[in-house]
Amino acid sequence: MNALDYAILVGTMLAIAAYALWNTRGRHDLNRYLKGRDGTGWLTIGLSVMATQASTITFLSTPGQGYESGLGFVQNYFGAPLALVVIAVVFLPIYRRLKVYTAYEYLGHRFDAKTRLLGAGLFLVQRGLGAGITIYAPAIVLSTVMGWRLDVTIVCSGLLVVAYTVAGGCDAVSLTQKYQIGVIFAGMVAAFFVLVSRMPAGLTFSDTLSLAGGFHKLEAVDFSTSLDRRYTVWSGTLGGMFLALSYFGTDQSQVQRYLSGASLRESRLGLMFNALFKIPMQFFILLLGVLIFVFYQFERPPVYFNKSAWSLQASRAAGGRLEALDREFTAAHSGEKADLEAWLRARHSGDRSGEAAARAAAVAAHGRVEAVRAETRAALDAASPGTRANDADYVFITFILDHLPHGLIGLLVTTFFAAALSSKAGELNALGSTTTVDVYRHLLRREASDAHYVVASKCFTAFWGLVAIAFALFANLAENLIQAVNILGSIFYGVVLGLFLVAFFLKRVGGTAVFWSALASQALVFVLYFSLGISYLWYNVIGCVACMALSLALQAAIGRGSGAQPQPA
Amino acid sequence: MTPTEDDTSTGLPWPRSWRGVYVLVLAVFAAWVGLLAALSRMFP
Repeated sequence: MNALDYAILVGTMLAIAAYALWNTRGRHDLNRYLKGRDGTGWLTIGLSVMATQASTITFLSTPGQGYESGLGFVQNYFGAPLALVVIAVVFLPIYRRLKVYTAYEYLGHRFDAKTRLLGAGLFLVQRGLGAGITIYAPAIVLSTVMGWRLDVTIVCSGLLVVAYTVAGGCDAVSLTQKYQIGVIFAGMVAAFFVLVSRMPAGLTFSDTLSLAGGFHKLEAVDFSTSLDRRYTVWSGTLGGMFLALSYFGTDQSQVQRYLSGASLRESRLGLMFNALFKIPMQFFILLLGVLIFVFYQFERPPVYFNKSAWSLQASRAAGGRLEALDREFTAAHSGEKADLEAWLRARHSGDRSGEAAARAAAVAAHGRVEAVRAETRAALDAASPGTRANDADYVFITFILDHLPHGLIGLLVTTFFAAALSSKAGELNALGSTTTVDVYRHLLRREASDAHYVVASKCFTAFWGLVAIAFALFANLAENLIQAVNILGSIFYGVVLGLFLVAFFLKRVGGTAVFWSALASQALVFVLYFSLGISYLWYNVIGCVACMALSLALQAAIGRGSGAQPQPA
Repeated sequence: MTPTEDDTSTGLPWPRSWRGVYVLVLAVFAAWVGLLAALSRMFP
């Protein structure tokens, strides 16, 4: 990065934060601080919902997922449109009718105080940890690639978002997210067009897709019924629907976004905006990764994308072995490139048999390239057992720094920070609100002025920000980052969703039955997660179904009169 | 509870009803799954 890139990064981030601080100064009204201004329109809500979900991990790690495994990850989002329709029809009208600040207040209305606290508690634990990953994920990659200190990156980006979220509340979050998502889209679209323009001369878009298909990168849908496969149409649609129902319908970081709508109509349209654009957005980001894969078949990539880790070990005892592997990789890549060029010549001349033979040779050559890469990974693991980051997370940032012009590099790095801050702000805002409304006001200080609760909410938001920063400073993740976030969510979300579905649909079940059933179901999910090898998406279904079934059984056992309460309104 | 205009009208030129919006969302979802399946088959 040069001075221009740094100027774009620092200028954009500070300008957006300063604008939000200026526009939201002097908030003392609790309703305004927690829900935002009354007139929030559907587009702001839609972009805010999108920005809260799409963190840096989405834009940094997902292209790496596309590069490594192709388009199959898009199936993870198949359940989202279905879930958003259910939320718009069932969840949203109830929340708005009860005029709740948090989703867990509804559990208190429907059941009792302990169930409300359980829902809020599960959210605080899960989202508190998730918030740490949201800060850690971009920081680990960006600091490694840029040569910045990891702790300084975490603390600086963390404190900036804490400052404007604490000061401006929900309004500041929505306002900044609108501009941040604009920066994000601009950066990703620019990267896409520059990437397409950098493809080798003579390689048409059809050639590109055909080549990617030849390496199984375009297998977007898998109708297999195997439970072990991580992403299939079924796990993505059913498991993904439960995950999205829980995330968008019961996670306060999302509920708070659409409860700020001027009316039910604005909130609904904001959700439907996401229902329409979630799958195309994820497809586009994954496709970017697939195109980077094709690009690197003609342009030699690094043998290991995390160049810092490679350079560090290359200068130590493993250096000789790594240098040998690097030479081997160069030779294998040159062989593959020659085979691919032969394949293209045969394809353009209409020589079908030659095309098939060259393609088979290219696939075999690619196998040798991947074998060298795997050996390099093993050598690095052996030399440094503590290094557990996934190399795929470094693919996109490496491409940006090595192949994009200055100015655009600054814009893309700004994109990653904008995504980190927008998502983090939504989470902190929700953690602060839930702690204030469901714990502090509910348990500790029932009668106080709005100004008092606003101050309390600011203190709790700052507290969670500092917890997230501390967690990020000590985090160490083995999974691809985008998957780590989804795995963490899937462990908790099923049970939380179960609580809400019992509340909405099983009117005979009371607080005591659902409370103990939720605890038992959460324990069951923990046990299964550590003992089974099934796709993590299924835990959303298991947690939810277990909670609902156990609630019905327990309510039948303890009798109708021991807890079922009428639903208000 | 009486439904307000919010509950029945989308305020959009098209689709005007919420049912229409939900059908549109589901149709677009089905179209995406179909397109992705076609893409998988076209470039095996």
